[in-house]
Amino acid sequence: MKVLVPVKRVIDPNVRPRVKADGSGVDLANIKMAMNPFCEISVEEAVRLKEKGVVTEIVIVSIGPAQAQETIRIGLAMGGDRGILVQTDAAVEPLAVAKILAKIVEAEQPQLVITGKQAIDDDSNQTGQMLAALLGWPQGTFASGVTKDGDKLSVTREVDGGLQTVSLNLPAVVTTDLRLNEPRFASLPNIMKAKKKPIDMKTPADYGVDVAPRLTIVKVAEPKKREAGEKVADVDALIAKLKSVGAI
Amino acid sequence: MAVLVLAEHSNSALNDVTAKTVAAAQAFGGDVDVLVAGHHAKAAADAAAKLAGVRKVLHVEGEAFSHALAEAVEALVVPMMANYDAFFAPATTTGKNVSPRIAAKLDVMQVSEITKVIDKDTFERPIYAGNAIMTVKSSDPKKVVTVRGTAFQPVASSGSASVETVAAPAGPYLAAFVSEQVQKSDRPELASAKRVVSGGRALASADQFNQYILPLADKLGAGVGASRAAVDAGYAPNDFQVGQTGKVVAPELYVAIGISGAIQHLAGMKDSKIIVAINKDEEAPIFQIADYGLVGDLFKIVPELTSKL
Repeated sequence: MKVLVPVKRVIDPNVRPRVKADGSGVDLANIKMAMNPFCEISVEEAVRLKEKGVVTEIVIVSIGPAQAQETIRIGLAMGGDRGILVQTDAAVEPLAVAKILAKIVEAEQPQLVITGKQAIDDDSNQTGQMLAALLGWPQGTFASGVTKDGDKLSVTREVDGGLQTVSLNLPAVVTTDLRLNEPRFASLPNIMKAKKKPIDMKTPADYGVDVAPRLTIVKVAEPKKREAGEKVADVDALIAKLKSVGAI
Repeated sequence: MAVLVLAEHSNSALNDVTAKTVAAAQAFGGDVDVLVAGHHAKAAADAAAKLAGVRKVLHVEGEAFSHALAEAVEALVVPMMANYDAFFAPATTTGKNVSPRIAAKLDVMQVSEITKVIDKDTFERPIYAGNAIMTVKSSDPKKVVTVRGTAFQPVASSGSASVETVAAPAGPYLAAFVSEQVQKSDRPELASAKRVVSGGRALASADQFNQYILPLADKLGAGVGASRAAVDAGYAPNDFQVGQTGKVVAPELYVAIGISGAIQHLAGMKDSKIIVAINKDEEAPIFQIADYGLVGDLFKIVPELTSKL
């Protein structure tokens, strides 16, 4: 079966984001960017399913600026077959991303879409679920295990109380959680090979999707700072302090 | 104006986060109805009817709702939204699973994990793992919102709303529940515990995690948490994880043991009232936000603390 893996270009997870002084957002100028970590896990899962013979073709999609091609190339170097970049410099909200992806699904007819459960920039955790709803497909969110079981997909999900397993009719959407796998590093030969893999260039208008935002950012602020307290000398001092503030 | 709140429950009991979500819905304004969709969930519906300020409880019975399958809840809620201006769900794994489906069907851009209601269009929410707080204004005519429970005080259980039975949609659905592995424990639930004891990578093994963290937690009557590093290393199960991608907690007392304090962990616990850190590295970032820090060997300090409490 064919699998579609959407990937997002975000701030590198090891870089500490800084709020702009004018409160208009987070400063991304000259900041190192990377593939969203949950998207890496999604690509890895697709590649593993291909290595098991379950998946025949992996299409990597990104919606973002021209530089998102680099993000797609990482996915291609990990084992994706070809890419689609829907190029826009606008910040595209999850609802509009889901609408574009739904159109790509109509055109590409994959049996499975694997997305990350959330992007580490806006932490929305919406796109996969929205896509599934727009397509009328079932979903297995926050996946820590994915296996094909005949014409169904068995997905183990990380839920608040532990783990839950659901059985999905295909086609379906899966969103990935941290413990699903450990993404591989692309080898140099694979990075070179990925440069020759095709990337289709598109725009949101090609899919007839209005990407105008529904949410206006009023302001972005630093969180309230928590002051460091005091170091205590030993266990007795700690217990005395905790008693004095009524914590124990 | 009216708000529909999705109740979080275990069929036999109502989860505390429901009362917090009702509080957020009341800050939004208008009549607040609570939807209890479950299987043999009358007890949860009756508990929801006691939440202060609730107009009515809508109780739906169906096997597909026993584990709150997103596909079934979407089919139930979307037609109901003709009568509501907003849908509020707790930002639990259930609420996060279901709400975006409803938003997409209503052609609404969801506002995720709000920590404050400013007015009927404007909300505050953390982004970048809590490194920034964004205020957003929604232009959608209806709102779909998930609520971070730790940011709201629960409403009291002093009400007496009516319980109305609503028919379940026919199904069938394209997804089916197969099984679940739920950690059974007599300890308080992590997300709502008044005290939490968390262990990190310094515990060095699952055995030592159990040997050092659990007795202290039991002595304090605390829930047990862990850092992502400890969970990834297999010292603690994944549902113990406190942090941006795990559970967000804000207890009265949070004791961080052998946790260095990565940003992703701090995002999950920095709103705790009193934070205690025990770590052998005095430069560990956790000490920058701890009220009381104790530098030293946790394998000596923790048993001493446990015995002296």
